[in-house]
Amino acid sequence: MTDQTYVQLLDLACGAFLLTGVLVLWRRDLAAIVRLFAAQGAALAAIVIVLGVRQASTELVVAGLALGGLRAGLLPYLIRRALPERGGPDAEGRETRPVVNVASSLVAAAVLALVAYAVAQPLIRIAPSPAAHALPVALTVLLVGFFVLVTRRRALSQVVGFLLIDNAITATAFLTTNGVPLVVELGVSLDVLLAVLVLSVLTNRMRAAFGGTDLDELRELRD
Amino acid sequence: MIAAILQVVLVVAGAPLLIGLMRQVRARLEGRAGAGVLQPWRDLRKLLRKEPIAPRGTGWAFRLAPLLLAASALVVTAVVPLVTTASPLDGVADLFAVTALLALGSVALALGALDTGTAFGGMGASREVTVLALVEPTILLAVFALSVRVGSTNLGAIVNSTLDDPLAVISPASVLAAVALAVVIIAETGRIPVDNPSTHLELTMIHEAMVLEYSGPDLALIEWASAIRLSVLLGLLGSLFAPWGIAGAEAGPVALLVAVVALAVKVGVLGVLLAAGEVFMAKLRLFRIPELLAGSFLMALLAVGASFFLA
Repeated sequence: MTDQTYVQLLDLACGAFLLTGVLVLWRRDLAAIVRLFAAQGAALAAIVIVLGVRQASTELVVAGLALGGLRAGLLPYLIRRALPERGGPDAEGRETRPVVNVASSLVAAAVLALVAYAVAQPLIRIAPSPAAHALPVALTVLLVGFFVLVTRRRALSQVVGFLLIDNAITATAFLTTNGVPLVVELGVSLDVLLAVLVLSVLTNRMRAAFGGTDLDELRELRD
Repeated sequence: MIAAILQVVLVVAGAPLLIGLMRQVRARLEGRAGAGVLQPWRDLRKLLRKEPIAPRGTGWAFRLAPLLLAASALVVTAVVPLVTTASPLDGVADLFAVTALLALGSVALALGALDTGTAFGGMGASREVTVLALVEPTILLAVFALSVRVGSTNLGAIVNSTLDDPLAVISPASVLAAVALAVVIIAETGRIPVDNPSTHLELTMIHEAMVLEYSGPDLALIEWASAIRLSVLLGLLGSLFAPWGIAGAEAGPVALLVAVVALAVKVGVLGVLLAAGEVFMAKLRLFRIPELLAGSFLMALLAVGASFFLA
């Protein structure tokens, strides 16, 4: 792989990673949010595989494929199973009234991108390489993930926010180092898998008990 | 010089045909026969023969608006690199100048609509300015993202550099900028899903509400200028992201002919795609439009960011 194609492929994968992360803020439909999350998983896998091919490291490529399988396949599948069926109570499948409205959250995402860019500068200066230059992308997705976690009301969109943060942390790890040990990556991935399993069970329980997953309503005590 | 004149003549004559083509595509997809590609020209001829009427109580803003709109559209046509990158107005073929000229036309029309003093005119003007406030910065940012690579905000220079290095189009910055620019072009020219050019329903119309009071030659001028703006913006999209066929500074007659055909094909394809997309799309609620435009603004900003992050 020549230098130019490497940089171009890496940049494209990072661009897709960033775009899918930001579009999560834009969509209200939970099913579409899960699809975007799956696309982001695929972009993350592409980043890792491109890095692996570049360093001629089989371990990285295998890690990338496993990441892709987990984050573009298994996790979206699990979240989708926790989605309410179509034709159920109308507001349940949508993020109807987020704490911050959609237009403002998009502008907030723009500000977060600038913050991430400013914060990443010293890190990039330590070891300037094409991969390190893409670091602001990962940090932007991290901040956007936090933002989703704070401002969305549905349990499932908060789960997606949490997973965005995790995707971003993984991306940061791979972009700044020459590959994370497979054991560490495996441990993190299994952790996330378990968290999603527990959360999806919890979501279903919530829906069975209260008829909705609007977390704001859980603040009040009832008898 | 010849190339620039050719470009203006082509756009001026072709813009109503583009509108006709788009209406025809819509009609066919909706199962109607359609009025033919030449219908907008026939409409313009009919309107031009009518007597000009100005509503009572309107002043110079109302009368000047169509002229300013058409004049600014013509200048933009001469400046933007569509057929040739070597415009005689190269000094002002600048991203900021083009955006300002487009804004000048829109603002003139909004003022003219306010001048009528009718409810619809005011409503349309207010909506148009709301959309404009979000569209202009997005156009600036999206093209700015492309200009970072070139180091110049001259549109001709940007197109030339893309011609020299076609692979540079496949970068996150230009993909994001392309999407952002496409969305704002749809908003700026008042097409579905932002505005519906073929309705006069008071709840939803934006552009049509502003031109309700115009009639005869004034209306013809506005319709024609709107068509020119649409073709120029689609042509600009084509030139920035698929600049193949554009003639350079020292182009012979054959190269110019190729450039003309290429422009017609590019704008035609984009127009057909836009029209076909409109058939399958509903108009957005007015309150959702800022969301769409904020999204495209964000994409443009990320495009600028990406051209700095990943460079």
